[in-house]
Amino acid sequence: MLEIRGLRAGYGDVPALSGVSLTVREGEIVALLGPNGAGKSTLLNCVAGLVRPWAGTIVWDGRDLKAAAAHLVIEHGVALVPEGRRLFGGMSVQENLELGAFAPRAWPKRRAALERVYALFPVLAERRRVAVQALSGGQQQMVAVGRALMASPRLLMLDEPSLGLAPRLVAAILEALVAINRDGVAVFLVEQNVPAALSLAHRGYLLEGGRIAGEGSGTDLMANEHVRRAYLGPLAVRR
Amino acid sequence: MILGQQLLLGLLIGGLYGLAAAGLSLIFGVMRVLNVAHGELIMLGGYGAFWLAALLGVDPFASLVLVIPGSLLLGAVLYTGLFGFVVRAHEETRVKNSLLIGFGLALALQALAVRLWTADERSIPTSYSGATISVGPLTIPLVRLATLALALVLIGALQLLLSRWRWGKAIRATAEDWQAALLTGIDIRRAYLLAFALGTALAGAAGTLVTVAYSVSPSIGLEWTLKALIVVVLAGLGSMMGTFVGGLVLGLAEAASAATFGGPYREIVGLVIFVVVLAVRPRGLFGR
Repeated sequence: MLEIRGLRAGYGDVPALSGVSLTVREGEIVALLGPNGAGKSTLLNCVAGLVRPWAGTIVWDGRDLKAAAAHLVIEHGVALVPEGRRLFGGMSVQENLELGAFAPRAWPKRRAALERVYALFPVLAERRRVAVQALSGGQQQMVAVGRALMASPRLLMLDEPSLGLAPRLVAAILEALVAINRDGVAVFLVEQNVPAALSLAHRGYLLEGGRIAGEGSGTDLMANEHVRRAYLGPLAVRR
Repeated sequence: MILGQQLLLGLLIGGLYGLAAAGLSLIFGVMRVLNVAHGELIMLGGYGAFWLAALLGVDPFASLVLVIPGSLLLGAVLYTGLFGFVVRAHEETRVKNSLLIGFGLALALQALAVRLWTADERSIPTSYSGATISVGPLTIPLVRLATLALALVLIGALQLLLSRWRWGKAIRATAEDWQAALLTGIDIRRAYLLAFALGTALAGAAGTLVTVAYSVSPSIGLEWTLKALIVVVLAGLGSMMGTFVGGLVLGLAEAASAATFGGPYREIVGLVIFVVVLAVRPRGLFGR
């Protein structure tokens, strides 16, 4: 279980998170929603160790992640698919995936992990020798998700995986997340595509101006008047 | 055929330019740190071989077996004691801070070299120093041919290390995106340490080959740093073989301009290449 209490963080003197508390339980899919600049990415980056929080606690399975060096977070079973994918562009699909298993515990099992990722995204198996910068956006996103899965994490965090993808590809990525979750991996999802995120999330949190502005089950949030007006447009049309 | 002979000699020294540049390129590409003392590390490698030959009678080519691990160790010490502090700084301030450290280190190493080996030029005479082979009208000095071949072998070995070894892949990943590297579980400090040590080892090997084919003195550092920098700009970051080819190009260009316009123009062509490449193709011939 991931338990965040009173998290405060920012850049320079500018706060991005002012006391956020939330939990992601074993096996759950939790969506984190909110407008641009609400601090969603900062929150994920704090958990992943890329941003040092000012205050608060981040506890994963009884371990204080705040004190862990960034490169050890994955070894503890927490993986992040960062915003913009951040792949190693000059390297092949397979090299990118193999690097996902760099953590000492995952490295000896990388062959089996590779087969699992190829089973999840068969198109990547066909293109394993291709440099990732030559792939389409959707395939690159599959590599990004696959790379995070290579260390067999128990918590998979994703920062806007649907950004810039065609609807058909968004559906493919989200389907993959459901399949990953079915294998017992908790999913913590930051997403702009609110209907898509809430359709698969068990629970969701609303983050506004660095604070939690609401929480509830996927269907509750979907019905919430504030959510509908702020994120689904005045007519609440499905995007 | 004087031109052909000059171009041949240019090609032969170009291999060493490539080897000198490969170390600088590796360190800059991974750490975003410009080590202006790179030429001084080459100089130290040269004196290492000189000492091994003069004191212990070790063949200069065989001395690579000792100079390379020695330089690797020196690189690890320099990273731990000096350059490791630079990478803690924000990326934009890294180059500035590394220049200060590099210039300081260069001055210190030059003074140390004068102290240990005097300011005289040194070389390593061997029984085969004057040997040549003739191909048509060209006369090829065997020692210089061997340095070109060894430079190619060393750069090939580095390429293999970076593409096959687990930590080699980690070094490349860190060069592409250090934050993404952290997310995959790579201890980037260790990747920096390894890159710096490997770059220093290449410098030491280059210095040995320079000393056996040409000569070494405490003041050669700046010249080699400049040549390496020109080749890095010419070839671009990301491909070690590209860097080697860039070295050959610089060697040939220097020889051609010396032959056409006269000896003094040899040193100018590199700087012209530097400016032209920066203006026309800033990522270099083979850069990504």
